[in-house]
Parts: sequence; structure tokens; C-alpha cells
Amino acid sequence: MLAKRIIPCLDVRDGRVVKGTNFTGLRDISDPVELARYYNDSGADELVFYDITASAEGRKLFTDILRRTAAEVFIPLTVGGGINTVDDFDRVLKCGADKVSVNSGAIANPALIGEAAKKYGDQCVVLSMDVKRVDGRFRVFAKGGREDTGLDALEWAARGVGDGAGEIVLNSIDTDGVKQGFDLEMLDALAARVSVPIIASGGAGNMEHFAELFAHPGIDAGLAASIFHSRQVDIKELKRYLRGKGVEMRI
Amino acid sequence: MIAIVDYGVGNLFSLACSFRAIGAGTEITRDAARIEAAERVILPGVGAFGDAMDKLRATGLIPVLKREAARKPFLGICLGMQLLFDRSEEYGEHDGLGLIPGKVCDLRADLSDKALKVPHMGWNSLDIRRDDPFFRHVRAGEYVYYVHSFYAKDCADDTLATSRYGNVDVTGVVRRGNVYGTQFHPEKSGDTGLRLLKAFAEQ
Repeated sequence: MLAKRIIPCLDVRDGRVVKGTNFTGLRDISDPVELARYYNDSGADELVFYDITASAEGRKLFTDILRRTAAEVFIPLTVGGGINTVDDFDRVLKCGADKVSVNSGAIANPALIGEAAKKYGDQCVVLSMDVKRVDGRFRVFAKGGREDTGLDALEWAARGVGDGAGEIVLNSIDTDGVKQGFDLEMLDALAARVSVPIIASGGAGNMEHFAELFAHPGIDAGLAASIFHSRQVDIKELKRYLRGKGVEMRI
Repeated sequence: MIAIVDYGVGNLFSLACSFRAIGAGTEITRDAARIEAAERVILPGVGAFGDAMDKLRATGLIPVLKREAARKPFLGICLGMQLLFDRSEEYGEHDGLGLIPGKVCDLRADLSDKALKVPHMGWNSLDIRRDDPFFRHVRAGEYVYYVHSFYAKDCADDTLATSRYGNVDVTGVVRRGNVYGTQFHPEKSGDTGLRLLKAFAEQ
């Protein structure tokens, strides 16, 4: 049976993990490679590295980190942040990324998804969207959730999948950071619209939220950052708990 | 030395790193003499079947690979595994290497539950059908990482392990003589994958 996936997300700036981490056992809690190794040992099914660097120097640090991580962590690695061109895909894939997630880059240049899917395959292209309710509709926001694009989220997702996106990360701005649970209404609407795997993001605050999420059969994976980094939720314990609830888990 | 065949398809970085992690030396090559000198051969691959066969043909390596497959342990991974078969129905009919009898077909067409997603992407458990030295370091039920939309069928005689997806037993591991194939990516299957590669490196 295909297992549901648990995915920690690491935001990296100038070579360091930025979101607050609270690990006592690690030598260097903001070293992305060390954290990646820790998550791999904890049973994470995949890792997302998000590059929030602005400088060229920071970008080089990021690709070094990717290469070092891929050399010792043998689970799928998804990379996002600053992906605007097919050359950006090339740059991170050469360093060991398996999947590349596009967000603002695809909004600015919608042809990017199709070009990348043609060159690297659908399985390689992840469409990541930040979505918020506006006048009762789901609207796509760009620039890290600051700018309303006016795009309808369900239309945008369907178009992205039609162009070759093999997976979607749906981050609900409405539930992000609130820790009251995933945005199940928004996720269900998306699952009814597209047939590719969906990764839910935004709103996880405890283990029960993941159990609620996976009660919705259209959702394939749950992604979170701070609750894992802060050890509010331990991945090993979470996976045992979910398996106990009848959710298929790789343990 | 393990030769990883480089024919311009797929990212070989993780594969080389995973062999390094288990202490096995690799060489990424398209040189026939290096492949002949190797103790083992890996045929990787991602993307579409027809395109990959065209690229493999362009290297001129097909006769070399067929000859070496009869003489030493040989492992096809993901699309590289599919290429081992007689033919594929991915975007038309394409001939494969013909090292293992069987054909590669559309997974979606055989799924009775149309709500199931294709590609079959993620971690699925291995149902071991036939014991083999390849499994000497793993237990039945361990999870491996799959990403694919087509799968091998009509190859029951050579199938060592499958993974269940809906009503379909997806062909996960095949073997015919020296020739092995895994539909999943052992180099992305965590510790389980490394232990499978270790068993292959020890063959």
C-alpha cells in the first residue's frame, strides 16, 4: 500500500536554517545538513529545502548545502525558492535535487512549467501555491503571500497540471501560522479539481491535525516546518500515532 | 568497480553517492571498454521510454550492454528497468533491450479505481514473491520510493517482488539470470534502498 508522506520544510538563508529550531541533541541546530540528517533518521519521507536567499553568494552556499545533503541523505529532496527559469532547474538538479518547486516564477512566466516538464519530466515539477480566500474565492498570492495575483487558485492549479506539474503543494495563508489545523475545505476543493498528488501545508499544530488531514483520501502528504523544528511534534512519534489510527505510514 | 551507464538520461549524482555510502566504487561512463572492465553494471533512467532508447542507441552501447548482461551482475533502475523488457507501450510501441520477456504498459489503464493517482508516487511496501540474495539485507514489507506511470507486466516468471497499488500488483523487482531491475529508486529509498544496493554490490 502507498504510504502517506510526512515532509519537514527547511527555510535556508545564507546557508543557515532560519526558522526557530529547538534541538538539544544536535551540534549545530541551524546547519541544514545536520538537520536533514536528523530528519532522515527520524523517518521523514521527503525533505523540502526552501532557498530564501537574495544574494548570489547566498545562492552558492545553498547549492553547496544541497550537494552535501544529497551526498548523505538518500530520500527525495525537493528544492524551491528563486526558481524562475529552466536554468534554475538545471542548477539545483545537478546538485542532487529530485524535484523542483515553482511558485512566483511560474506566475511571472506561466510557460516555465511546461518547458521544465518537457525537459525533466512531470515527476520533477512541483507547483507550489500560496492561497487565501478573497470574496469567498480561493485566490493565488505571489511574493511569499504579499501580493494578490487575482488568479483563481483552482483554475491555476488545473492549468499547471495540464502543463505538466506532477504534484501540488497547497499552502493556505488563512491557516498558516495559526496552528489550528490544515485548511481542509481548501484542500478538498483542490483534490476535487486535479488528479496529481497534493501536499498540504499551513496550519499543523499537533498530531491530531495530521490525523484529520489524512482522513481526507485526496491528500497525499503533510508538510510543516516550525512544529518539527521546535519539536512540538516528533516525526517518529507522529508516524507511530498515525499508523495506530489506521493511516498507512512508512515506519 | 561498478559502471553507471551515462547516456544522457537521469541524474546520476545520487546514485554514485549512494554506492559511495556503502563503500562501493563507481564510475559514470559511456566508454564501452570501461563497461567491459567493470565488475557490475547499472543502467539508470528517468523520462520517456522511446526517447531513452533513442539516446541509448545513439551511444552505440546496446550490443555491449547485451553482452555484458550475460556475464556480470546488471541492474536497471526505474526507466532503466523498463528498458530491459521486450517492448513498451508508452506513447506508441517501442522495442526495448529484450533481456527479460514482458512488456511495459500504462498503469492507469489497469487501475479499476480511477480516483487513484498516476504517477504512482511515494513510498510503497515490498511484497517479496521469491527469495533471492538481493533481499538478504531487507525484510518483507519494507518501504521503497516509486515514481512512475508505466509498469512491467507479463513477467511473472521473473518477478521477485511487487507493491500493491489499488487492484494492481506493480512489478517492483525482477531478475533473469544476472539481470536485475527495480521499478523503484533504491538510491532514494533511504536505508532500505542502501541495503538493497549493498546486496547487489555483493553479488
